[in-house]
Amino acid sequence: MTTLELRGVSKTYGEGAAVVQALSGVSLSVEPGAMVAVMGPSGSGKSTLLTIAGSLEEPTSGEVLIDGASLSRMSRNGKARLRRRSIGYVFQDFNLLPGLTAAENVALPLELDGTASRRARTAGKRALDDLGLGERADRFPDQLSGGERQRVAIARAVVGERRLLLADEPSGALDSVNGEAVMRLVHEACKRGVAAVVVTHDAQLASWADRVVFLRDGRIVDQTAPPAGPESLLTSPGQIP
Amino acid sequence: MSVRHALLALLSEGPKYGLQLREEFEARTGEVWPLNVGQVYTTLQRLERDGLVESDGSTDEGPQKGFRITAGGADELAAWLRTPPDLSSPPRDELIMKVLVALRVPGVDVHEVIQVHRRYLVELMQQWTRLKEDEADFDLGLALVVDAELFRLDSVIRWLDAADGRLKRAAADGLPAPVPAALPRLRRRAGVRP
Repeated sequence: MTTLELRGVSKTYGEGAAVVQALSGVSLSVEPGAMVAVMGPSGSGKSTLLTIAGSLEEPTSGEVLIDGASLSRMSRNGKARLRRRSIGYVFQDFNLLPGLTAAENVALPLELDGTASRRARTAGKRALDDLGLGERADRFPDQLSGGERQRVAIARAVVGERRLLLADEPSGALDSVNGEAVMRLVHEACKRGVAAVVVTHDAQLASWADRVVFLRDGRIVDQTAPPAGPESLLTSPGQIP
Repeated sequence: MSVRHALLALLSEGPKYGLQLREEFEARTGEVWPLNVGQVYTTLQRLERDGLVESDGSTDEGPQKGFRITAGGADELAAWLRTPPDLSSPPRDELIMKVLVALRVPGVDVHEVIQVHRRYLVELMQQWTRLKEDEADFDLGLALVVDAELFRLDSVIRWLDAADGRLKRAAADGLPAPVPAALPRLRRRAGVRP
């Protein structure tokens, strides 16, 4: 079953002369295990697309379905439960809570969803172990490097039974080595069956995706073809002078 | 990429056979640049003629003929490593030309032309990135080659993004499209290579 489906989603802000059309008739499907990158310039509607896909904002028209269930037919509580259980978010500025350790940050969504504190923290530590951050579990965010903070944020986004990972410029201001480490983690999560949407203006990040869609003025104007294998690069005729 | 200097570099580690040089060249460049064996022997003959390598004197021209670097060859290699490639004058880039020409052709949407190239470049980057996916099989030489290619393609995409934005702003400000004369002027001023 398709994990995320947007059907003709539009979003306008403001009224009358001040109306801004942030999204116009956007349709997008993301299957389990697939990573889709959304590329576009500032103001093209990338972040709006992500917040609507994550049920943090309502579309003006159109429909969003997660695992086949329409968000518009869901109660507020139902959506809140979906956000806690099924959707993981990663933002540019990490959004870790400064008063909680790395493990507590990762365990938080499970605890909010009613998992007993001890079990939640065990799951949190395991998620950090998987990302090579086991030794940092008891540190507070300000005791971690930028790259480590973002890896904790990804651990939090994929902890438990999350099926959809939504990331907005996930490598933020990280250097290219740390940016690559972040994309590697998203890629690993997809290999385990998580569907991911990564919004970015950075082609190096987007190139980790199975499919890249291009957004311009709130519309999807283009997308990449199904990827050819890297063999095509290796068998091309040599270009040595 | 200079095969000549790559072979000198491999011989700087010690004497080697021709076939061995080819295998090591391909392995060190992550097998991204295939090299045929004829190219190796032709280059070795020229290096020997120029006094930069010596062969073991056997008359056999086959794979068992050994080569070693001379003192002159080592000097040549050291000088080559430190000589910057000529990046001082911009090359006449086909993509830049296409975008500039698209501005002048009636009925052509330059943003659509830019997007065609952007998509193609992103697809190429996806193929290069796929090489990185299996970290365990990823050797350091290949990693450096792949990074270089990704940064190169990325810089072209960034230029397309900047051009896209600049043209959009110019259209919003009601500026006319640049006149073709801008190009020869720029070439004279910046010394663009033909």
